[in-house]
Order: sequence, then structure tokens, then C-alpha cells
Amino acid sequence: MKRGISYTQAFATVLKRDLKIAVRHRGDIFNPLLFFVMVVTLFPLGIGPEPQVLTRIAPGIIWVAALLASMLSLERLFKADFVDGSLEQMLLSPQPLYLTVLAKVLAHWILTGVPLILVSPLLAVLLHLEENSYGALMSTLALGTPVLSLLGAIGVALTVGLRKGGVLLSLLILPLYIPVLIFATSAIDAAGMNLPYDGQLAIIGAMLVGSLTLAPFAVGASLRVSTN
Amino acid sequence: MQFDSFADFINMGGYAFYVWLAYGVSFASLATLIVLSMRQQGKVLTEIAKKIAREERLKESRSNKS
Amino acid sequence: MWKWLHPYADPERAYQLSDKLLPWFTFLAIAFIATGTVWGLAFAPTDYQQGDSYRIIFIHVPAASMSMAAYMGMATAAFIGLVWQIKAADWTAAAIAPIGAVVTFIALFTGASWGKPMWGTWWVWDARLTSELVLLFLYLGVIALYASFEDKVLAARAAGILAIVGVINIPIIKYSVEWWSSLHQPSTIRITEKSTMSTDMLYPLLINIFGFGLMIGALTLVRFKAEILARNAMRPWVREMALARGAK
Repeated sequence: MKRGISYTQAFATVLKRDLKIAVRHRGDIFNPLLFFVMVVTLFPLGIGPEPQVLTRIAPGIIWVAALLASMLSLERLFKADFVDGSLEQMLLSPQPLYLTVLAKVLAHWILTGVPLILVSPLLAVLLHLEENSYGALMSTLALGTPVLSLLGAIGVALTVGLRKGGVLLSLLILPLYIPVLIFATSAIDAAGMNLPYDGQLAIIGAMLVGSLTLAPFAVGASLRVSTN
Repeated sequence: MQFDSFADFINMGGYAFYVWLAYGVSFASLATLIVLSMRQQGKVLTEIAKKIAREERLKESRSNKS
Repeated sequence: MWKWLHPYADPERAYQLSDKLLPWFTFLAIAFIATGTVWGLAFAPTDYQQGDSYRIIFIHVPAASMSMAAYMGMATAAFIGLVWQIKAADWTAAAIAPIGAVVTFIALFTGASWGKPMWGTWWVWDARLTSELVLLFLYLGVIALYASFEDKVLAARAAGILAIVGVINIPIIKYSVEWWSSLHQPSTIRITEKSTMSTDMLYPLLINIFGFGLMIGALTLVRFKAEILARNAMRPWVREMALARGAK
């Protein structure tokens, strides 16, 4: 007996639903983005406006700000659904949890990762990033931010049932973000010096594939714990 | 024995501060961990005993009422 | 093959077994660490390059190696608890986490205290130091997550998932940090290679590594016992024990 809808349909339904909800609460998209811009603005004010210094540290600043901004927006990945009970319904649905989780993470990435990638060249201009580094910046962000969303989803799934999950989330997630940060900034640095950076990109790509296959399982298991 | 005298031993070839700092902090933190771990069991048992006493009292007051 | 192990899934049997094992672990751990430390501090020859400051190695290396081993032990226990739903394994993982964190802290602190006279700074962003620091963060994350759940059954499962995610990430983090530091670090600072160590230095070191392992075992048993009692507060045998203590 065949019941319910196909996997593709289920995936598309969850994705569309999450996007629609986010479009109705626009603040959820714009606030992390604004946070990203603000954090980057603070650095020249704190360190000083010398272009050489800013050029040197621009990749690090942009990436650290991106880490923080993506972490800030993670909460909304499961929180509202957990509060109103629809998360439990998703767990009970006959479709594999893997798909649901993947759709939700993808929606989250479209809403927070993609705007971040689009804004980053503007910030790179403000920080006097080397001109050859723009491609590397965009491509590391394009490959890296989905990894951040996937790894972050594990942390959110673990803490969604807790009342004070916010600070705990950063403690759980930031250590896992370290490899992405290292390889992304080094790729941008390499590009700035006209060196090839496809090696670093390949490693970030490998992390993306790895987390794409493994993270949804961990998220699913954590959600089952949190909604118990 | 590597050292000629006790004072030499304490002096650690001029590195006294670093060596004894490392050893001191290590053993102090280990001692704290050991003491806390050993107290844990006692604490758990007292908590349980308290809980049992509370239940007994509840039971008593209930039987007195009826 | 593993059938003999099954009765010990029963909390009371596990408690009794750890009660029986604890004195042995304690005795051996104290004996080993005392021997290794006294030997290392007073009798091992002075290093011709580093002088007597190298004597920090006799706690630094045991702590560093055992911090990794403890994490592996914790993650293995968490995995067993998650897959086979054996609660005793969950409690073991919860018992190991704080011990591992303290041991990691000791490794970091002794490393800093050794680095100051040798390299001239308390801290360098060396690959090993950095990955040890990240390990400490992972431990603290597991502890914080375990502490923040009211329901300890759920807490153990959530912390277990995090511990396993951490195990997958540790090699990646370690590799990335090593690669990163080889890129950034001036090659003037090197941690001395141990291969040329004389046996007079090696024996106390090995004894202390063993001692630290035993000590972690003993402490795990102590915390494991307390954890069993706390999680089985409603069982008659625990209540009897509590009453016997209260009567004293």
C-alpha cells in the first residue's frame, strides 16, 4: 500500500513552507545580515583605518563575522516549529527524517547563507581586500556557509528543547566550525598572493559533502532526543 | 639521586618556579577533582534520604487527615 | 562471547563491581603516579639541553595523551549507550567528561608552564597546543549540555550525540590545525623530539602515563557509582543505602 506523497514532493513541501514562513517574518532574514555588516564595521573602528592592516586581516574578519552571523540565525531553524508542535508532526511523518532535515537546512541556507554571500563583496570593498581575492571569497563562502548551516543544525537540534540554549549553542558549535574557518581564510589569503587555492576549496568541498551525508543523521537523532 | 642537596632539588636548576608551578597546579586541580568526586556520592545519598523523609511526612499528614 | 558482561547492565551489579574494583585502581594509581613522579623529579638525569625544566614532561605528556584517550573512552561509552540503549554506558560517559576536562586543562597548563622557560612565552599557537585547547572546548560543551537538561536520560543521549560528533571532528580539526600552523608558524619553535630519550627518562614517563590512565579509571569508578545512585534513586537498594547513611 502506498500512502502519502513522494520523497521529492515532501522535500519541496517542507522547503516551500519554510521559505514562505521566513518571507512573512522578514526580520529573521535581515537581522543576521545587519549583524554581519555591523560586526565587520566595528573592526576598522577598533583596529584603525590603515588599508594595509585591513587588507591583511580582511579574510579573517569577514569569515569570523560570517560564522557569528550564521550562528545567530540558527535558532530559528527549529525553535518556532518546536514551540508550536509542528516539529513533532514532521518527526511522525512517514517520510524519512533525513529529507525533512535536509529541506529545512537548505531553506535556512537560502535565507541566511545566500544573502551573506551576496553582501560580502561590498564588505570586502570596505576592508580593502586584495582584488584577486574576490573570487576566492565568494567561492569559499558558497561552499562553506552550507557546512556552517549543517553543523549548526546539529547544535540547534540538541538545544532546541532547552530554555536557555543560546549561549550553550555557541559553545557546542564553534569548535566544529574551526576547520572551515582555517581553510576558507587560507584560500582567500592564497588568492591574494596569486597562488592557486583550489586545494583549500577542494577540502571545503569535501567537508560539505561529508556533512551533507552525515549531519542530517545526527540532527535527526538529536531532534528525537529534544522532542521526547 | 640527581641532586646534591634538598635545596638543589627545590631549586630545580633555576627552573623552580615553572616546574613547581606546573606540578602544584596539576596536583591541586587533581585534588579538587578527587574531593568533589568523592563528595558527590555522599551528596546524592543525603538528597535521596531527604526525599524519602519528605515522602514519609507527606504520607503521615495524609493519614492524619483521613 | 560477551554474555558474561550482560549481568552488569543491572545497576546494582554494576555498582557492586565498581565498588570491588575501586580499591585496586586507587592503590595502583597512587603507587604508579608516586613512583613515576618521584623518579622523574628526583632521580631521572638532567636533560643536557633543557636542564631541569624538562621534568614537567612527567605530568605533561601523561595528561596530554590521556586527555585524548579519555575522550575516546567517553565517546565509545556514549556510542554503546546510544546504539544498544545500555544506561550504564551513558552514566560512564557522563562520569568521564569532567575528569577528561580536568586532565586536558592540566596538559594545557603544564604545557604553558614549560613553554615559558623554553620558548619564552606562555602560549604559542602551535598545532598541538591549539588542538588540545579545542579538545578542552569539546569537553566543556559535552559537560554543559549534560548539565542543562533536567531529565538526565535525555541529557545523556544529547551529550552522547555531541561526543560522537566530536569524535568525527577531532581528526579533521587536528589535521586542519596542523596544516594551519605549518603555514603560519615560524619554524624556530619546535617541541623536542622524544625519540632520543634515554631509558632513565623514559621509564618514569611510561610509569606516569600508566598511572594517569589508572587514576582516570579510579575517578571514573567513583563518579560512576555516584551517577548510578543518582539515576536509580527510586530503587529499594539505593533507598536502603540512603537510609543507612541517614541513620548514622
